[in-house]
Amino acid sequence: MTDFMTFSLVPLTVAVIISMTCALLGNFLVLRRQSLIGDAISHVALPGIVVSFLLTGMLASSAMMLGAGASALVTVAMIELIRRLGRVEGSAAMGVVFTSLFAVGVLLLEWHGATGVHLDVEHALYGNLESLIWFEGTGPAAFFDPVALADLPPQLGRAAWVGLAVVVFVVVFRRHLILGSFDPDFAASVRARPALIDLLLVTMVAVAAIAAFEAVGSIIVIAMFICPAAAARLMTNRLAAQVAWSQLFALVSAVLGYLLAGHGPGWLGFDASLSAAGMIATLAGLILGAACVAGPRRHRIGVAREA
Amino acid sequence: METWWRALTFTLGYNTSVVTLGAMLLAAGAGMVGTFVLLRKRALVSDAISHSTLPGLALAFIVVGLVQGDGRLLPALLLGAAASAALGLWAVQMISAHTRLGEDAAIGAVLSTFFAFGVVLITVIQSMAVTGQSGLTSYLVGATAGMLISEAQLIAACALGLLLAMVVWRRDLLLLCFDADFARTQGLNTWRLDLLLLMLLMAVVVIGLKVTGLILVVALTIIPPVAARFWTDQPLMMVALAALLGALAGYLGVTLSSVREGLPTGPLIVLAAFLLFLVSFLFSPRRGALASLLAYRRLRRRVHLRQGLLAVAHEEPIFDGLTLKLMRRRGYLRRDGVATPLGLAAARDAEHEERLWALYRELHPDDALHREHAGLVPIGQVLSADAIMALEMQLAPTEGAR
Repeated sequence: MTDFMTFSLVPLTVAVIISMTCALLGNFLVLRRQSLIGDAISHVALPGIVVSFLLTGMLASSAMMLGAGASALVTVAMIELIRRLGRVEGSAAMGVVFTSLFAVGVLLLEWHGATGVHLDVEHALYGNLESLIWFEGTGPAAFFDPVALADLPPQLGRAAWVGLAVVVFVVVFRRHLILGSFDPDFAASVRARPALIDLLLVTMVAVAAIAAFEAVGSIIVIAMFICPAAAARLMTNRLAAQVAWSQLFALVSAVLGYLLAGHGPGWLGFDASLSAAGMIATLAGLILGAACVAGPRRHRIGVAREA
Repeated sequence: METWWRALTFTLGYNTSVVTLGAMLLAAGAGMVGTFVLLRKRALVSDAISHSTLPGLALAFIVVGLVQGDGRLLPALLLGAAASAALGLWAVQMISAHTRLGEDAAIGAVLSTFFAFGVVLITVIQSMAVTGQSGLTSYLVGATAGMLISEAQLIAACALGLLLAMVVWRRDLLLLCFDADFARTQGLNTWRLDLLLLMLLMAVVVIGLKVTGLILVVALTIIPPVAARFWTDQPLMMVALAALLGALAGYLGVTLSSVREGLPTGPLIVLAAFLLFLVSFLFSPRRGALASLLAYRRLRRRVHLRQGLLAVAHEEPIFDGLTLKLMRRRGYLRRDGVATPLGLAAARDAEHEERLWALYRELHPDDALHREHAGLVPIGQVLSADAIMALEMQLAPTEGAR
């Protein structure tokens, strides 16, 4: 029990919060066929963090969030600029921008690595969920002990704040989001400002990606955005139900993935643990695979089913 | 600086030279394949392919490691990577063809899930007693510094084979990209051609893993073709240009990375490619941002000048600042806004031309539609002298009646 509280409680909570937050936003990305924006933004989180670190010299959450938001806006601006001015196809413009910015991030990071800082490329890619240890969390009493609570890893608070912000965003703008997802032209005609909402959505995606960055890395978070939401899309035709399914899938993959990574090898008789972030995303992918094979609403409407 | 110069001139030793040449060949091949993929509007498929190589790489590393104790055996790793990339590609195809999810969701889901599973396998490797583990991370962001000469030769040979394949199949692929339906009526098996294109893309990505790393190799298949598109409208020219730009990026990137110990090759190649793209984007004479801006300003001036002259002809006041400025600069208006004799003459000409254009539009509405900005260009530049004469003859009675 104490072991669980010290080593597993915080990572598990962070994993659950991040998975559910990302899945919530993912619903809208999948509906808008903008899943790859999530891909681009999460890659770009790396240069955002590195640059804000270079400027402020520390890994403070506020600076990181600012860096993330700024990098997301820069990315979107660059993509639009290249797409409109250069008349380049959207996905190609995206490919140009996010690979280049990611390259900048890696380059800066490697430069840094020489001078010795706590960011490195592997962690940026894999994340390090297991490092979120609560040293003071030695028993149930720790929940009521201010000293022990102050020792909680800062990532937990950050994830919680971001999760809350995302929920508030989705609840407040739900009508705008839904309208813009299904019929942007109509949304524009009733002054629901679909372009502004798009930008806000992208910014929230960036913020969520940053909160997830340290825990699960910049690529695995893409699975958290897309897989549960895409699987939920195959389960139902109603948006509310889809959101509920996506949250369920996110929760299941986070809890099961974490437990499997930590204890799975032990059950098989090996003394090792696997990457929890990787396992969570793998499970999310497996859930999507299952939904693709057996989801009740997996077929496209209007396409004849094979007999 | 001096080291860079020596790398640029291939005098930094045999090893560096082979690595540079290999990277250039690879980037050229990636540029060529990427052009077709871009024209087929599937640029980001290569992102899915490159990320889904990781589990194959890791599995191959585990198997080789269990057999011989050291997992680094490039051919085996590349085979594993290719196998899992093929699986990922199949998954993308299946999801986007058989479910309601779009290709974007399929690509995103596959790339992240496969990558995540690869990360799990990497943690398995870390708990095993296999040497050469640090070799694996070089596949993430690329490292040519520690490349064995045999590895560089393998990469160069594969890239060369790929270039040849592209040259052989260029016409079929082109037909596929521009008009798949027509290609089918010509007896081409488009399904198989699509597969061929994806296989070539996969080959280029897998070979490129060691050079740029699996996250950035996608840049080599996207950036050079996009840059090449700015310079030409001819597809085969675009393929050649993309190959050239890719090779140039590879050349600059690899040589730059040899300047200092520990500079990663992949990001440098990508940034070199981005630089080439930026130059193309800004300065290309046909589609560049600067050229578009200039063309826009030219058009705006022309419209303002024409409207100003028409206003003078109709004896209407002019209020617009830009119009006034343009008219004054040409000597059509005096400082106080009264038309000069030169301006009056020009206004008469402009009005006459406007009438000719209006008549032309009335008589031949279809032809007029096809002319870009009809009415702004002097009519003598567009229509033949005879056609203008005919218009003048028609115009004359109305002119006389006034």
